[in-house]
Amino acid sequence: MPATSSRLDQTALRAQFPTLAQEVGGYPLVYLDNAATSQKPRYVLDVLAAYYEHDNANVHRGIHELSRRATVAFEDARAKLANFIGAADSAELVWTRGTTEAINLVARSWGQDNLGEGDEILLSSLEHHSNIVPWQLVASRTGARLRYIEMDEQGRLILDDLSELLTERTRMVAISHISNALGTVNPVREIVEQAKKVGALVLVDGAQAVPHRRVDVQELGCDFYAFSGHKMCGPTGSGALWARRSLLESMPPYQGGGEMIRNVGREESTWAEIPHKFEAGTPNIAGAIALGAAADFLDEVGFDAIAEHERELLGYALERLDDLGGVRVYGPTDLNERSGVISFTMGDAHPHDISTILDSKGIAIRAGHHCAQLVMQHFDISATARASFYLYNSRDDVDRLVEGLASVKEIFGPA
Amino acid sequence: MTDAPLISLYQELILEHYRNPRNKGELAEHTAEAHVANPICGDQVTVWIRLDGDRIEEITFDGDGCAISQASVSMMTVLVKGRDRSEAIGLADLFTDMMHGSEEASSDRSLGDLRALQGVSKFPVRIRCALLAFDALRDVLGSGLEADPTGG
Repeated sequence: MPATSSRLDQTALRAQFPTLAQEVGGYPLVYLDNAATSQKPRYVLDVLAAYYEHDNANVHRGIHELSRRATVAFEDARAKLANFIGAADSAELVWTRGTTEAINLVARSWGQDNLGEGDEILLSSLEHHSNIVPWQLVASRTGARLRYIEMDEQGRLILDDLSELLTERTRMVAISHISNALGTVNPVREIVEQAKKVGALVLVDGAQAVPHRRVDVQELGCDFYAFSGHKMCGPTGSGALWARRSLLESMPPYQGGGEMIRNVGREESTWAEIPHKFEAGTPNIAGAIALGAAADFLDEVGFDAIAEHERELLGYALERLDDLGGVRVYGPTDLNERSGVISFTMGDAHPHDISTILDSKGIAIRAGHHCAQLVMQHFDISATARASFYLYNSRDDVDRLVEGLASVKEIFGPA
Repeated sequence: MTDAPLISLYQELILEHYRNPRNKGELAEHTAEAHVANPICGDQVTVWIRLDGDRIEEITFDGDGCAISQASVSMMTVLVKGRDRSEAIGLADLFTDMMHGSEEASSDRSLGDLRALQGVSKFPVRIRCALLAFDALRDVLGSGLEADPTGG
């Protein structure tokens, strides 16, 4: 178990992340690209290595000791993650490669059987491409229509006309919990309540939420919840879809192969019970087990402490950027409505140039459209620079960011 | 404090072309046009030319993107205007060599203002930005893209 206190001891915490202890371009690394992916603590890396060094075997197959151990660890991790997001039953948690595959699974499997000509899928213009494109694909095959909840000038969803957007033709509402591009925290419960009135199902893209706050799928009341392991201290290629048991039972398989069958005949086959029905082929066993370790790690640190820390950093950073001047920050101004993501532009300094200047000082941020081109269109820009925080970031990191941005001003001149 | 490689990357001449691009805007009477984009970062460049036989009589561009991509396309139009197709392709090759670190290309004066971009070669992830102008030029001259077919 990681040794951390309930209130974040920055020095002790950072020391647990090997990647953070390096220099880039002669400067200590400042990693502020956490909305893209998080760094991994030693504890998770050790669990990953220990699996390959001691227990490596295929799951649910061999009648031998290693296979038994691998299967137990794999299913323990599933129970851990199910519990982590408040699921009632670990059979409701399907392992996927991440959020993108989880959404594609629902769009393909549920969508193919439940969408028809004129049916409506309600998205929002805040969505990541991974919560738009899978729906476009299924819409083009089924004749369903896409509609969008729009956002206001602060990047907050406008719910005033939600009752008009939700019609008896609305079959699915697919919405992000927290926006990756702006950090907007969406009022998911309110949206779920309204969607239920017209009998629509709700899928929540939780990629930016699960790493940063306690998520309880039952409290949210949604029907599907998708998230990724790599943004929450876990390995890349790990993640999960949570869905209500009755839905998973009624949905057809997403992919065919080993593991997901009960019996295979020449013409037809029958399917395994959920969740295995949706897990064709050898799964990412090591990834799932290490993701379980990441959940333990985050629990040990504590979401109250993480959320408080990130909020404090966000407030400090916004203040310092305001003092620096010439920085336009996008997204909600009320800290209660946003998470630790700061999307910004600076005069005519293009975000890629900002990122290059920061990189040369050892500071990693993201620049671009953040896979959210509808958000960029809304603000009539082609790109933003984005700094995003996680539990291991400190005030020093913010100070370094602001110093770096002072260099941008020096090079490009005042905005 | 700003480090030497950065000063070289964002020197005045580059920022000046970025802010006051030459030959910008659609060319009404053009004989060819080409559009290239870098989907990774969203840099976009459209180039229009009017050829008189083999000679680039007029060349203009429009675009959106970082200082490096937009300054290099501005400089490129200045450099190749009035030149023969083969001469322009030769300059594109020379510039590409300079981006890939060739000392010989860097010391060749025929690249004009574009020599200011030699600092980009020290920033591998930004080389694509500088080469976009010449992808567009090669494309518009119909000699095929040097880069991968996805546009890089």
